[in-house]
Amino acid sequence: MTGKLRKLALAAGTAFIGLSAQGALAQSVTMAVAAPVTSLDPHYHQLSPNNAVADTIFDKLVNTDAKSNNLPGLALSWRAVEPNVWEFKLRPNVRFHNGNPFTAEDVAFTLQRLPNVPNSPSSFAAYSRPIQAMEIVDPLTIRFRTAAPHPLMPLDMTNVRILDRETHQNATTEDFNAGRAAIGTGPYRVVSHRSGDRIEFERNDNYWGDRAPFQRVLYRMITNDAARTAALLAGDVEFIDQVPTSDLAKLRQDNRIALSETVGLRLIFLGLDHLRQANENSPFITDNDGRPLGRNPLQDVRVRRALSIAIDRKAIVDRVMEGAAVPAGQFLPEGVYTHVPGVTPPAFDPDAARRLLAEAGYPQGFRIQLNGPNDRYVNDARIIQAVGQMWTRIGVRTTVEAQPWTTFVGRAGRADFSAHLIGWGSNPDGSHPLRNILATQTRERGWGSSNRGRYSNPRLDALLDQSLVELDEPKRVQLVIEAQRIAAEDVAVIPLHIQTNIWGMRRHLAHDARNDELTRAQDVRPAAR
Amino acid sequence: MTVYLVRRVLQALLVVLAMSLIVFIGVSAIGDPVEILISPDADQIERERAVQALGLDLPLWQQYAVFLTKALQGDLGRSFVYNEPALKLILQRMPATMELAFGATIFALIIGLPLGLYAGLRPDSRLSRIIMAGSILGFSLPTFWVGLMLIMVFAVYLGWLPSTGRGETGTLLGLQWSFLTWDGLRHLAMPALNLSLFKISLVIRLTRAGVRETMLMDYVKFARAKGLSPARVTFVHVFKNILIPVVTVVGLELGSTIAFSVVTESVFAWPGMGKLIIDSINVLDRPVIVAYLMMIVLIFIAINLIVDLTYSMLDPRVRLESKGT
Amino acid sequence: MSDAALPAKIADKVETPFRRFVSEFAESKVALGALVVFVIIALLAIFAPWITPQNPYDLAELDIMDGRMEPGTVGGAGFTYWLGTDDQGRDMLSGIIYGLRISLTVGAGSALIACLIGASLGLLAAYAGGRTDSVIMRLVDLQLSFPTILAALMILAFLGKGIMNVVIALVLVEWAYYARTVRGTALVERRREYIEAAQCLALPTHRVLFRHLLPNCLPPLIVVGTMQVARAIALEATLSFLGLGVPITEPSLGLLIANGYEYMLSGKYWISFYPGIALLITIVAINLVGDQLRDVLNPRLKK
Repeated sequence: MTGKLRKLALAAGTAFIGLSAQGALAQSVTMAVAAPVTSLDPHYHQLSPNNAVADTIFDKLVNTDAKSNNLPGLALSWRAVEPNVWEFKLRPNVRFHNGNPFTAEDVAFTLQRLPNVPNSPSSFAAYSRPIQAMEIVDPLTIRFRTAAPHPLMPLDMTNVRILDRETHQNATTEDFNAGRAAIGTGPYRVVSHRSGDRIEFERNDNYWGDRAPFQRVLYRMITNDAARTAALLAGDVEFIDQVPTSDLAKLRQDNRIALSETVGLRLIFLGLDHLRQANENSPFITDNDGRPLGRNPLQDVRVRRALSIAIDRKAIVDRVMEGAAVPAGQFLPEGVYTHVPGVTPPAFDPDAARRLLAEAGYPQGFRIQLNGPNDRYVNDARIIQAVGQMWTRIGVRTTVEAQPWTTFVGRAGRADFSAHLIGWGSNPDGSHPLRNILATQTRERGWGSSNRGRYSNPRLDALLDQSLVELDEPKRVQLVIEAQRIAAEDVAVIPLHIQTNIWGMRRHLAHDARNDELTRAQDVRPAAR
Repeated sequence: MTVYLVRRVLQALLVVLAMSLIVFIGVSAIGDPVEILISPDADQIERERAVQALGLDLPLWQQYAVFLTKALQGDLGRSFVYNEPALKLILQRMPATMELAFGATIFALIIGLPLGLYAGLRPDSRLSRIIMAGSILGFSLPTFWVGLMLIMVFAVYLGWLPSTGRGETGTLLGLQWSFLTWDGLRHLAMPALNLSLFKISLVIRLTRAGVRETMLMDYVKFARAKGLSPARVTFVHVFKNILIPVVTVVGLELGSTIAFSVVTESVFAWPGMGKLIIDSINVLDRPVIVAYLMMIVLIFIAINLIVDLTYSMLDPRVRLESKGT
Repeated sequence: MSDAALPAKIADKVETPFRRFVSEFAESKVALGALVVFVIIALLAIFAPWITPQNPYDLAELDIMDGRMEPGTVGGAGFTYWLGTDDQGRDMLSGIIYGLRISLTVGAGSALIACLIGASLGLLAAYAGGRTDSVIMRLVDLQLSFPTILAALMILAFLGKGIMNVVIALVLVEWAYYARTVRGTALVERRREYIEAAQCLALPTHRVLFRHLLPNCLPPLIVVGTMQVARAIALEATLSFLGLGVPITEPSLGLLIANGYEYMLSGKYWISFYPGIALLITIVAINLVGDQLRDVLNPRLKK
């Protein structure tokens, strides 16, 4: 469609080419994303592609900017009025796409809906669970009462898309998917939805914030990487996300194409077996002749450090990731407020690694199998092969096994592996990886649910515990940083790199790259001339 | 005849039942869908809730019993991913796959038949050799690789055809069809050709073999001896005779074409059933996998049955009861 | 069909069925050439460890710093990468030769095992008839009503990766073709006089089956077998492409293509292109041989 419009614009005459082309182009845009959107119900499935589309249609009390800093959304301000009570002041004069006004009633309704979406495979209930009672002070003020002080309340609210009580009282997930109930306060409204294929958006002219740049947006899903790039090069789509690293070099040279990129929040790291004690066998570790070792070398911090510094992170970033990542020594990148100052990516030093192994009692090394998925993270299978090469060079003979995520993730969750590659897409608060990956696995507190290596450190747990009820923000941040520092010094996991998020577009477009990886229609706009 | 039909249908039901059981057990053995679908930062309580919500907390035989009970009422379960009836999801995507499969079949016939006829009539000419060599290429080239080559050449370098996806659709019988619009046809061309490569080769070889065998038949020799024009012999006597087996095989192949569209659909981002099944396998969306495979088996059985029935009508020598070889 | 119809030019030689077969096969220069190509490929595959400059399956011999080098570049290890390297610094030439090895092993291995199982069951079905026959044939129907690619996908997802598992999956999806072919031929053959004669002599069943019935079912079996080897190789490539085939550190041709597929658009054609050509040549050679076999062994086409 755009092609036709462009031709029309060219035919309009030389004097106005620039102007009319600009005007015509600004009418519509076709985007293609890699991951299929599974539902338009914003509370059905906690999944990035769904969240990105939900952000286009709906708003949250607290929105986030491209760097994941909190911004006033449907709430103008928020504060803890008592240790256990948060108060949110709501934005006046906001209307849903169907004209209904937005009030505190809608917020209360939304939070009540979160745990009650039928058949949800991954619900948003965790964000309303700390709230024990809600109190509507006036139509534009709402208070949440919690059992204990809950400093992460505003962060939680960045995940909850607000619905309209009147419209969505009895709305089912199917109603959302059909478009009938996909009605929010966001910058675009849904025109049509073909599941797994495309969504058509139209500008919400009554949006409370910045007016959306395009009248219409076609949001297509093209899962195949090569096909997506080909579609961009052929001009069938004007914008793609998740640009394959193998195409980066070529796209950078192509003067029809522009890229937008930013360091993301997803760390790729190696989880190690902490479950088997020092005198037990780890499942995939043997001596050099293939016999059981009788001990788990990974319980020795010197071995863990040796394995970490044996890895040439820069080589992986340059050669395997083609520059689309930064070497990492911790979960969050520089510039994020819970980044641990002074903890740098471990320097590549194979000689020191061999010395550490000898000190730990393994002068001849040992054998290990490194597992990983082959369809989950950017270049996952390639990365584990590269690590395998590097470990083998310091005497730790490594075999590599990559398998589909479906079979991998279950086994990783049962701590079946000695070493495995996995990723973590964090929110910008260090408490997120701490609580899910590094804290001791405890069901009652909901800690360590993704702690697939079963790392456990009482000092780290204690610091995390304190931070979760500390309302004084600078103090809380300090606690979170200290806990992460302990994990880094103890080599709880081996961080490899943090991915760079990259989008590709035709030259006439511009885009605000987000570190949370979301591909939202409102972030795409015509390039300034 | 009725007895025969009843027996066939009963057999078909048995096959479907056996298949659903195998797939049910198989998919459950691969992994836990909750592990895959759940947000990584969900805690254990939330995980347990999800397991319960999807009915996966029951023992497997009970899950199967629940599935069977509902299946008898026409409900094949709800997708774990989309929270919509699995059958509805598949039916929504069926027109896309069907038009791809039919497109491929049409390509196969309009390209394969003339080439095969020529190769059969002039088996020793240079062109025939080239055709036959080409048909071997068609058999040998892996579909996925050809697909990408097609995109590279026709979409990226030449820019003649759109690279991927389904174009604009028109409505017929309440369904969305892309062959009704020019844009839709342009989108359909490449994937249909990709999917038809194997079938083109098949048709060429069947036609050639048929022609060569028929030319040796006494009645053809007789027709030629009688002085009928070569064109008449070819098109009336030979062509008519080989058309039946060719059409039969192509018809039988329709089922496997639908199944094989899995590869083509993932390369061309074609939003059909094949892409749905690959996506579903990736997230272990068991209701969709089971429903899809049951559907495919039913299609296979239906096609076989139709072919057998047509056969018996066309050729009285084939008696349905003695379905031997 | 009768001997009298044989071309006169070879009638002066001593007529053995084998010699007749060989001379008829050699009538097609193309098929002969294909056979030679196939033998060369097989030899390359068998002697791979002695002729390749690198063991592409040993991670210690690879270096990612040598990754994605163009054909003809001299690498860190001192030898020339005539066909370039893949993303792991794997010499493509070595990788292709080793890959041929895996593809042929998988293709021939699965075809052979499937043939053994399928032919035995097919013979049994034809000879025993009755209930045995219908049970076996319903199994065949079940198998054939299931799209090969989907069945293989499910089986592999269940078994996990590995060369053995690929072979198992291929055997499970392919045995039915042999069973059906053999049963069909055997049904015709068992009504022939020589079987009746053997039965009259009260020879033991296994002797009738394997010494009398089976040899006469061989021609169609050989044809189906050859085609199935090619099919198995292509199927393995597709499965590896979909991420469910052989392990990534021991790539077959299909996996090499899949690995290089992503680099096609960026102009690094050699990672995907050369293995594709190798795969193509192999399958075409096998198919050409199988084609000629079919023509030679199909009595109805004899002039």
